[in-house]
Amino acid sequence: MTTARRHAGPDPTHHDLEARTQEHYEWLAAEADKNLDRLEAQDPVHDVTLDDVLKRRGLSRRDFLKMSAVMTATLGLPPMFDLRVARAQEVATRLPVIWQELQSCSGNSMALIRNANPGTDELLLDLISLEYAEILMAPSGQAAEDVLADAIERYDGQYIAVFEGSVPVAEDGGYLTIGPTGETGVHKVEHISRHAAAVIAAGTCSAYGGIPAARPNPTTAMGVADFLGQRGIGTPVVNLPACPVSSTNVVGTILEYAMFGRLPSLDAYGRPLWAYQDRIHDKCERRGHFDAGEFVEGWTDIEGLKAGLCLFKVGCKGPMAYNNCGVVRYNEGASWPIMAGHGCIGCSEPGFWDTLTPFEVPLAGRVYSTPFGTDADADTIGTVALGAAAAGVAIHAGATALKAATESRSDAKKEQ
Amino acid sequence: MAAKHVIDPITRIEGHLRIEIEVDETNNVVEEAASSSTAFRGFENIMRGRDPKDVGMFAQRICGVCTFHHYERGVEATEDAFGVTLPPNARMLRNLIWAAQAINDHTTHFYQLHAMDWFDVVSALDADPVAATEIAHQFHRTPYNASESHYTQVAERLLAFVQSGQLGPFAGGYWGHPKYRLSPEENLIIASHYLDNLAVQRMSAKASAIFGGKNPHPQSLIVGGMTSARDALDAHRIAEYQFLIQKSADFVERAYLPDLELIARRYRTEALAGEGGGLRNYMSFGAMSLDERPWDQRAHFLPAGLVLDRDLSTVHDVDPMKIAEEVAHAWYDYEGGETALHPLDGQTNPNYEGLNEDGTLKTEGGYSWIKSPRYDGQPVEVGPLARLIVAYAAGDEKVQTVMDDFTDTIGVPFDFWYSTVGRTVARGLETKIIADYVPELVTNLTQNVASGDDRFFNRYEPKDGPGWAMGEAPRGSLSHWLTIENGSVANYQAVVPSTWNASPKDGREQRGAYEAALVTQPMSDPERPLEVVRTIHSFDPCLACAVHVLNRDGEEIARFEVEV
Repeated sequence: MTTARRHAGPDPTHHDLEARTQEHYEWLAAEADKNLDRLEAQDPVHDVTLDDVLKRRGLSRRDFLKMSAVMTATLGLPPMFDLRVARAQEVATRLPVIWQELQSCSGNSMALIRNANPGTDELLLDLISLEYAEILMAPSGQAAEDVLADAIERYDGQYIAVFEGSVPVAEDGGYLTIGPTGETGVHKVEHISRHAAAVIAAGTCSAYGGIPAARPNPTTAMGVADFLGQRGIGTPVVNLPACPVSSTNVVGTILEYAMFGRLPSLDAYGRPLWAYQDRIHDKCERRGHFDAGEFVEGWTDIEGLKAGLCLFKVGCKGPMAYNNCGVVRYNEGASWPIMAGHGCIGCSEPGFWDTLTPFEVPLAGRVYSTPFGTDADADTIGTVALGAAAAGVAIHAGATALKAATESRSDAKKEQ
Repeated sequence: MAAKHVIDPITRIEGHLRIEIEVDETNNVVEEAASSSTAFRGFENIMRGRDPKDVGMFAQRICGVCTFHHYERGVEATEDAFGVTLPPNARMLRNLIWAAQAINDHTTHFYQLHAMDWFDVVSALDADPVAATEIAHQFHRTPYNASESHYTQVAERLLAFVQSGQLGPFAGGYWGHPKYRLSPEENLIIASHYLDNLAVQRMSAKASAIFGGKNPHPQSLIVGGMTSARDALDAHRIAEYQFLIQKSADFVERAYLPDLELIARRYRTEALAGEGGGLRNYMSFGAMSLDERPWDQRAHFLPAGLVLDRDLSTVHDVDPMKIAEEVAHAWYDYEGGETALHPLDGQTNPNYEGLNEDGTLKTEGGYSWIKSPRYDGQPVEVGPLARLIVAYAAGDEKVQTVMDDFTDTIGVPFDFWYSTVGRTVARGLETKIIADYVPELVTNLTQNVASGDDRFFNRYEPKDGPGWAMGEAPRGSLSHWLTIENGSVANYQAVVPSTWNASPKDGREQRGAYEAALVTQPMSDPERPLEVVRTIHSFDPCLACAVHVLNRDGEEIARFEVEV
């Protein structure tokens, strides 16, 4: 993984505000120049020049520079950025994205097209260039294969590859074939990833294997990062688990790369910190009831459900799960499982189909094993008495300590 | 002399599908077709040993497009095994989600997955926005987003997009194909709605999430009830649901239905020639349960039944015991020389025979991971068209009115429906029929809640034994079957819409619905198989659904003994 965990920037200990601001702008300008140099060095992706575009819109170059100055001001940047903004518009190519489905249910594709602000039309027409996506693309068969081959060649080393679904490696990959020659999913992932700038594993299946990899894993299904690791392919991977992925998280990650040319900082499981650093439990709208020891006691407890009490006793796995569901919710903020009274099933965690089931049984009272491992912290979680508010504190402390431990272990590993 | 053409992947569907056609080179007519599924996950094995209360959550991951429906059916199968029924509020909530999901599914299918088979986006660039406005008004008094300025903006946006050289989803389409029948202005109208629906479809998904927690993959159903009681008792949430559906219905009324009328008029010749008609048998398990009686006595919003040989004078009852799955041309063997097995007695012994050296299917033997379900030995079509035909034949007035009005408007006989165009139009009419019913569903809930009923869950005692559930998903007839031993799932089977429709030939060499619909299709250019893709899309394929039930290691599966 080549991604820096912390972004470089001006020295935050500098106390002179004006100097700090100037220093910040200079740093930002240098970053912008670097990115622009990189973009300009790329082969042009289309034959239309800026002059063609301006002509079509009835604008002169002078008009264009004036507009760039206005945009610079709109962005709140000093005049030193005028020419850089103009340059950025001139080289702007929408970020090429190749979206390949593997052992999938298409739920992540469906989640993507339900994103709002940007909506799918803005995303497709204005922000990215979705070069290949089976769920939306016009051509089928050989024509579709040609589009994929063309995109890989044209944007070699520049595109984002998004995978949805797990990689079945058993039977020489024979459990998934795609295309007129019967190419295996295994080969598709290798080929597409090798030529990509970065890989996004959208959804729990492509991140960690998900449900195809659940016991007994009949097809030896794997997550993409594990698979690429095994095959020695070093393209950086960002995992965006959840079943399906939150569209906010997948669009946010793509846009971070499109705008800043960088990948987000990741946690121990390869998930962006900006989306996955908090436990569901810590940002839960029902957390107050947990701390107060007020629980929905069972599905017949209609008063508890009406009052929105804590769902821990009916099986909520929020204390074990990391994602921003409670903050951004789903479907334009309409709801999320805990709001709907069900409780979290921990769908962003590796192996949750095996380790966090049965879904309606609270985790306390049985040993909590894998994916964190059965260490002391997990035993603490497993043995706390169900129901007492004190149990909640223990769970909280246990899981947080555990998270910190895994992260610091992972950091240490990365620094080596 | 016939030439073989492989179309793989079929895009704009759920999952991985291959179609092979053999085309007579003298007249470019399809002589033979083979439908093959090329992906496998092994859900059946994964379900074994699980808590029966969890199976709905697992089953839902069969498909993220038919999201909710496998969840509902899985939960129902366990409810049947436990002998628990739903309180009225819970049934109504599930139906509210069903309706929102069906509206979402049908509109998304038509615009995002199917419309590019009918409209040519490149031709739309030549449209005159003023003329487009006039045409739109011929199909509706107040057409959706049909001002000159709107069409101008859409045309400019598409032009800028095309000129950027990055064509995204439009790259490589069969643009300029002679079988595109619309004028530039008409193409612009549908292109405009293609973009509109990217935003509009979010509303019906959001509506389903109000009571489902999220979409795709809602999370509020439990065995015996629903968890989203607080949302269902909240007038603001109910109103939010209702308004989101109302806005979706408005789009259906002012964009989707007029577009279908336009397509029906321009593709009338193909429809009346019966292109894509295929099988003559239509089946429905009944859409939306309206009470808690056993399945065969239950009232449904759209009725269960079977129409054979397009004979509308008789609607046959569906007998669950007459469903059998064959494997003559699937990659499986049955022990003891059996040729057809009821899902209750199902075996799944894989026998992968591979592909020919040139990568084509070995159609003389097994050629798909999908089995061939048959009803009383006969292949049947399932889906919106089948549901409407069954309802029409059963005398359902709301369905008869909508279908007759449509054919009267276009001036075509009933046979219009037995075609690719008919199948596509039927889906749109069903969307309207469902949307029209939503206010009543909402009123039922508010009245029941106002009467003081706040039950959303019925108690049950878990028990061992078999359980099954039958009903309709947007794509067609969906049944789940399970058996519980020692408190865990011992066996799980699902017979799903795309298994019925996408199945390979059976032991008597009878084609499945996709294959039957392709044979005799005239092609204008087999290298650019627009006609094939259009017909396949008219079924709304969902392949992950169709192939989830397979068991690769062939171990003995526990047998069902169930009285039905």
